[in-house]
Amino acid sequence: MTRLNINGQDRTVDVDPSTPVLWTLRDALGLTGTKFGCGAALCGACTVHVDGQATRSCVTPVAAVEGRRITTIEKVTDGSDPVGRAVREAWVRHDVAQCGYCQSGQIMSATAFLKSRPRGKPPTAAEIDAAMAGNICRCGTYARIRAAVADAARSLA
Amino acid sequence: MLIEHLPELPRALQHLAERDTSPAALPRRGFLKIAGLGGFALGLGPLGAADALAQAAPAAGLKPTQQPASFVQIAPDGGVTVTLNRLEFGQGIGTGLAMVLAEELDADWSRVQVRHGNSDPAYADPLYGMHLTGGSTAMKHSYPQYRELGARARAMLVATAAARWKLEAARLRTAAGQVIAPDGRRVGYGELAEAAMAQPVPAAVTLKDPKDFRLIGRATGRLDARAKSSGQQDFGIDLKRPGQLTAVVAHPPVFGARLASLDDTAARAVRGVRAVLRVPVAAGGEGVAVVADGYWAARQGRDALKAEWAVSAVERVDSTRQLAQYRALLDQPGPRAFDADLAPLATAPHRIEAEFHFPYLAHAPMEPLNCTVQLGDTQAEIWTGTQFPGGDARAAAQVLGLKPEQIRMNVQMAGGGFGRRGVPSSDFVVQACAIARAARAAGLAAPIRTVWSREDDIKGGQYRPMHLHRARIGFDRQGRVLAWDHVLVGQSIVSGTFFEGMVKNGIDPTAMEGMREPYPFPMRLTVHHPKVNVPVLWWRSVGSTHTAFVMETLVDEIARATKQDPVAYRLALFGDQHPRHRDALKLAVERSGYGKRALPAGHAWGVAVHESFSTVVAWVVEASVKDGRAVLHQATAGVHCNLAVNPRSIEAQIQGAGVMGLSMCLPGAAITLKDGVVEQSNFGDFVVPRLTDAPEFAVHIVPSAEPPTGIGEPGLPPLAPAFANAVAQLAGRPVRALPFALG
Repeated sequence: MTRLNINGQDRTVDVDPSTPVLWTLRDALGLTGTKFGCGAALCGACTVHVDGQATRSCVTPVAAVEGRRITTIEKVTDGSDPVGRAVREAWVRHDVAQCGYCQSGQIMSATAFLKSRPRGKPPTAAEIDAAMAGNICRCGTYARIRAAVADAARSLA
Repeated sequence: MLIEHLPELPRALQHLAERDTSPAALPRRGFLKIAGLGGFALGLGPLGAADALAQAAPAAGLKPTQQPASFVQIAPDGGVTVTLNRLEFGQGIGTGLAMVLAEELDADWSRVQVRHGNSDPAYADPLYGMHLTGGSTAMKHSYPQYRELGARARAMLVATAAARWKLEAARLRTAAGQVIAPDGRRVGYGELAEAAMAQPVPAAVTLKDPKDFRLIGRATGRLDARAKSSGQQDFGIDLKRPGQLTAVVAHPPVFGARLASLDDTAARAVRGVRAVLRVPVAAGGEGVAVVADGYWAARQGRDALKAEWAVSAVERVDSTRQLAQYRALLDQPGPRAFDADLAPLATAPHRIEAEFHFPYLAHAPMEPLNCTVQLGDTQAEIWTGTQFPGGDARAAAQVLGLKPEQIRMNVQMAGGGFGRRGVPSSDFVVQACAIARAARAAGLAAPIRTVWSREDDIKGGQYRPMHLHRARIGFDRQGRVLAWDHVLVGQSIVSGTFFEGMVKNGIDPTAMEGMREPYPFPMRLTVHHPKVNVPVLWWRSVGSTHTAFVMETLVDEIARATKQDPVAYRLALFGDQHPRHRDALKLAVERSGYGKRALPAGHAWGVAVHESFSTVVAWVVEASVKDGRAVLHQATAGVHCNLAVNPRSIEAQIQGAGVMGLSMCLPGAAITLKDGVVEQSNFGDFVVPRLTDAPEFAVHIVPSAEPPTGIGEPGLPPLAPAFANAVAQLAGRPVRALPFALG
């Protein structure tokens, strides 16, 4: 049995301790907003926040995050988090998604990035590029991702 | 991928079309009933409470694809649900076709949603008669269809209100989901829908005058934007049926190899593993499926297998050797697509001889391939993101030993595809069905979701074929081409599939689409289709992925060799014969600042224009080369797709196709084989563009009122040659291979 704190709730899961957080969320807890893309920390589709830090859940075993706060796309975009809400609204406003499969991970990376920055100091284009370079979008929505991150930052300023 | 061959296709597919559209092909009651969709009134087609279909009185002679009941549902609260006859996998067709139907229906757009259809005949392509998402055909073929569907439903609602108010239907008007009487009385569609169902379905309807369009032509946000921006959108891989198990497959290391030995002791000992099954896989090979409670247990079980395959019994491809074999074919006789006189080559004042090489490419959609199968005694239900639900249902029936009408294929939202979910052999669906059948035989009655890992996807074949081109061109001092001798070598995509009928004179038209047109060059084109043990498939924009590169870089080279501006040279060749090419190119040139704006030192312009799938796209790019690496800074598109139904979606598709075109250029964007084994395995060694590779994009659309053409693919082909044309000027030598190798 592994005790996890997910989206502010304590959950106990009966999985092998080597099981990645990704598959624990998806298969054991039914939280399918976090996506499987590569299984090797190469594409970012599985990004969650562990104690606020953007983390690749596909290579993070549950045993490594016991007692730490895990936040998923479902919580970040439920409206209760001002940064997550701003990012979600910017994503809708800019019609970023095409297939949408990678966008949970994109939003989790963007949200962690904006939370890590001081308010009132808009990120530069180069900073946005660096923050989002780890997330692959095969549909090629990059131009709108750039615009949406900048817009979300402005709306939070 | 198919539209180029419109005259041939219907004949080639006739046997399919007949089976696909037979009204008796699927029972409309009971089995096709979908749960959880109660509350609708108008529109009780194959996805709904089917009994109502019998109540409605369809107009004689209307095909299943023309019956509004299969496409429009109106709930008592006025909510409108449009059913899609295509796979939505990012291209925006769900929003686009909903706009088209809602326009003629005069629906309240804020109350419109969309859902996927299934393998029922209603959801076949109205022109081809088969279930198909491909060839950028969806809007082109279904624009008139969805307009008429909306107009028919509207007419039935108006007739109902007219009867209720005892007024002539012609005196009533509609707006935003309401019927409005001359005296101002209003009634919502939701209130009318149930009674409207009893109205006869009109065969002939009058469509709106385009000047009255309120939705079509307006930049409109996607209907799924919010769900996809909050982790709420379910894809095929997210499906969870009660008691569902997950299968992961160990594929043979070489295509088509069969098992020599298997020790599954350790795999069976993994906690959660329920079964280990030997199953047939693509290309005649044999694999091992590990079925477990969830993905991770199945994956661990697979990794614990000790399996060996008899690889010496199959051809083991080596990419280096294969290139030499292709090169040896260049001087062999072969079938010719065009056959111009080559005599002027010998005396031409200028000559270019060029060889081009293009590698295999994986589609690598972000959602790994998956398919869930629930197998019963006399029926099976399948959930998957597929571009060919009809073909897949037939293939599934064969594997499962059922009749096609005993298969229900539920099309799921897909996380990309780019051709990989439109497989003539139905490889991943057949595999999932084989696993479900073997599991049932082993006593596991649960629904089984088969999931491919990324490694399975990258190594799993179905690639854009490797190609070798050779051109020998003679031209005069004005750049007039006197003779062009061209040879193209590459595997046929359609040979041996149910699209085989497209092959003409030994030539697969999907390999050479995009050659020569729109240029009036005297060309001889010889085509060789070697057989190679690597499964190949259409990859977004298909033949144009390589033909556009060859043609557009060579045209540029001729222009530069004769000291002409590449834009002026192209425009002169187009003359008045190709106004859409001219207009698309001029628009991109004008908006990019080409030839007017001074570029920074070390930057260069690059231009290319290409028609594919009836749409013309021109790219004008600004690029540089830094430390041996080509960088794309700015890309401006001019697009001619006739009527722009949703400009916002068109912009997204052109940007996305531009990024995928860029993907062909990046070092590492190649699938290679050594001793039969694919050398790449994941995004670490099969490189795809990241945000830092993407340029600034600008997309401009040529205004037009002509019937819309496709948009999913045509933005891709001209991007790489435009980029290469800029790089060639900076590097001082032409670019003759993808991905770029500038070192």
